[in-house]
Amino acid sequence: MTTFAELLLGGVALGSVYALIALGFVVIFRATEVVNFAHASLLLAGGYVTAVLHDDIGFWPALAAGIAGAALVGAAVEFLVMRRYRGRDHSVLAIVTIGVDILLTTELARRIGTDVLSPGDPWGDAVVTIGSVTIAQTRIAAFLAAALLITAFLLAFRFTSWGVAMRAAAESPSTAALMGVRLGRVSLGAWAVAGGLAAVAALFLTVFPTPGLERSTSLAALKAFPAAILGGLDSTTGALVGGLLVGVTESLATGYQGDLTFLGRGIGDLAPYLVMVVVLLIRPAGLFGTKELARV
Amino acid sequence: MSDTLTRPRTYLWALGAVLLLALPFYLERFWLQAGLFAMAAAIGAIGINLLTGSTGQLSMGHAFFLAVGAYGYCAFAGDGSDGLSGLGLPGWLAAVGAVALAGAAGGLFSPIAGRLRGAYLGIATLALIFIGQHVLFNAHDLTGGFNGRAVPPLSLLGVTFDESELLVAQVPFGAAEKLWYLGLALLLGSALFARGVLRGRPGRALNAIRDHRIAAGVLGIPVARYRAAAFVLSSMYAGLAGVLLALVFQRTVPEYFGMLLSLEYLAMIVIGGLGSVAGAVVGGVFVSLLPQVLNRYSDALPLVSAPGTGGIAPGEASRYLYGAAVVAVVLFLPGGLVRLAARRPAPPSGTTAEER
Repeated sequence: MTTFAELLLGGVALGSVYALIALGFVVIFRATEVVNFAHASLLLAGGYVTAVLHDDIGFWPALAAGIAGAALVGAAVEFLVMRRYRGRDHSVLAIVTIGVDILLTTELARRIGTDVLSPGDPWGDAVVTIGSVTIAQTRIAAFLAAALLITAFLLAFRFTSWGVAMRAAAESPSTAALMGVRLGRVSLGAWAVAGGLAAVAALFLTVFPTPGLERSTSLAALKAFPAAILGGLDSTTGALVGGLLVGVTESLATGYQGDLTFLGRGIGDLAPYLVMVVVLLIRPAGLFGTKELARV
Repeated sequence: MSDTLTRPRTYLWALGAVLLLALPFYLERFWLQAGLFAMAAAIGAIGINLLTGSTGQLSMGHAFFLAVGAYGYCAFAGDGSDGLSGLGLPGWLAAVGAVALAGAAGGLFSPIAGRLRGAYLGIATLALIFIGQHVLFNAHDLTGGFNGRAVPPLSLLGVTFDESELLVAQVPFGAAEKLWYLGLALLLGSALFARGVLRGRPGRALNAIRDHRIAAGVLGIPVARYRAAAFVLSSMYAGLAGVLLALVFQRTVPEYFGMLLSLEYLAMIVIGGLGSVAGAVVGGVFVSLLPQVLNRYSDALPLVSAPGTGGIAPGEASRYLYGAAVVAVVLFLPGGLVRLAARRPAPPSGTTAEER
């Protein structure tokens, strides 16, 4: 029972990190209808800036620099690349983001090399024990940070003029443009916000119990794709639920892999994708996604 | 017929064919290997182009089907002498079986593929990569796990495609030389078949589904069946490419069939030209030869240095180049490199649209 509670809590914390990544992914999709396959490389960029700078300027400034850096990279991708393609077909744009992803990931993987970079976080491997349940401080920090950011984001999305502009652009780009919403700015903002959220997620994907930032961190970040998809690509609620579902499944599958040896080692990394396939078989638009209606 | 004989294109084709047939007599082994990789890549790219370029179904799982082909061939042809399970079938039968197996794997995935579109499908196919990697690393009896398994040589019509030397016109023919002709024949067959499919009634139907799924259905095209068929056919092409790759490598390792390989195949068809067979071949050759060429001439090229010396390794340099090529081609050359050669106006944008 204790193990189960620990795994569940760990899974929720991990899931909230995935939810952060998936949220950025969904924001870009809603604002521009582009599926951003370069999302994992944005995350790697944020994590890299934090990990490189923390020795010189301390952890918190480094984290801020990482967030700003990833937001800048996101904005730069939007401004330099995606903006040139405005009006093109969205599935072609998705392929363009794959090209961008190849470029960014190659560059970052080359810089990281075979190193494992520490994020320099203040929590280290300290744990908190409540009753018989032990949980790492990093997990608690991850959950709190994610909850705070997600709440702030949802409030901003609901109540600020920026949020209204973004929702209007998602609803109908041409009407929004006629009403004076500057679509370029909306899309630039979406990319920057997604980058910033990804940088925070990068921090929590590289702290204890993982060894640190390495090339393969982008593979961990890829698990946000199933999270976003199984929640429904155009739903912010879906991103949260999807993230939690993916995190908890992964945590439980990893924790109980001793009992699941017939499935082979490393089943935890596979679990998110299996859950996604099952959900998509039942609900092709994801749990909270809008069913697409088409007019002929 | 007389028209064909007066067109310069005919002579260009003939010249190209003679050149390709003569190459094994002159080229060194390195370039033959590189050429074989390019042929395998071209076959695989034709397959994914049928699916993504012509039918508009984004697939990031192509590497999985390549792996099914490569490992399927090993499992069918292996005789169990290396401690791994194998059926000990004759090579040609194993190759056919591997292609059929890849097709069956594609067919098994089609209930999922059939109900998803666009990005949803792309990310669902991403699952195939991870499932594939998991199985390859864990099903030790079948795949040899991390170390992979040796590929039994193919023998066909009395010729064994291994290192046993065969003297042709005073030139010793090893595995690479012999496989070169097999690869050429397979590539030609695959390209002609795909061209036939695309130019005929099924091709029109696939393009109609890509451009407007519902309208295509209204016109009487059995959309679900065609989409499943495109998936199966594309997987079979990937399986064939996998078999050829396995024969060239002579050893299959799971690491090779990862996510990067799938992205490479997408890059190939975008760079070459979505929806055209020639585009797939051009893109396949470009993306697969690029790292080899850079590797070979890394000493002479600025900015590129040998792997492990701290600079930009050839593999990385080629990834920069084709990553940038994907972005640039979509922007400046919609329709890919083949449009450049054909000097025809680009098709209306929206080449992979499904519906709007």
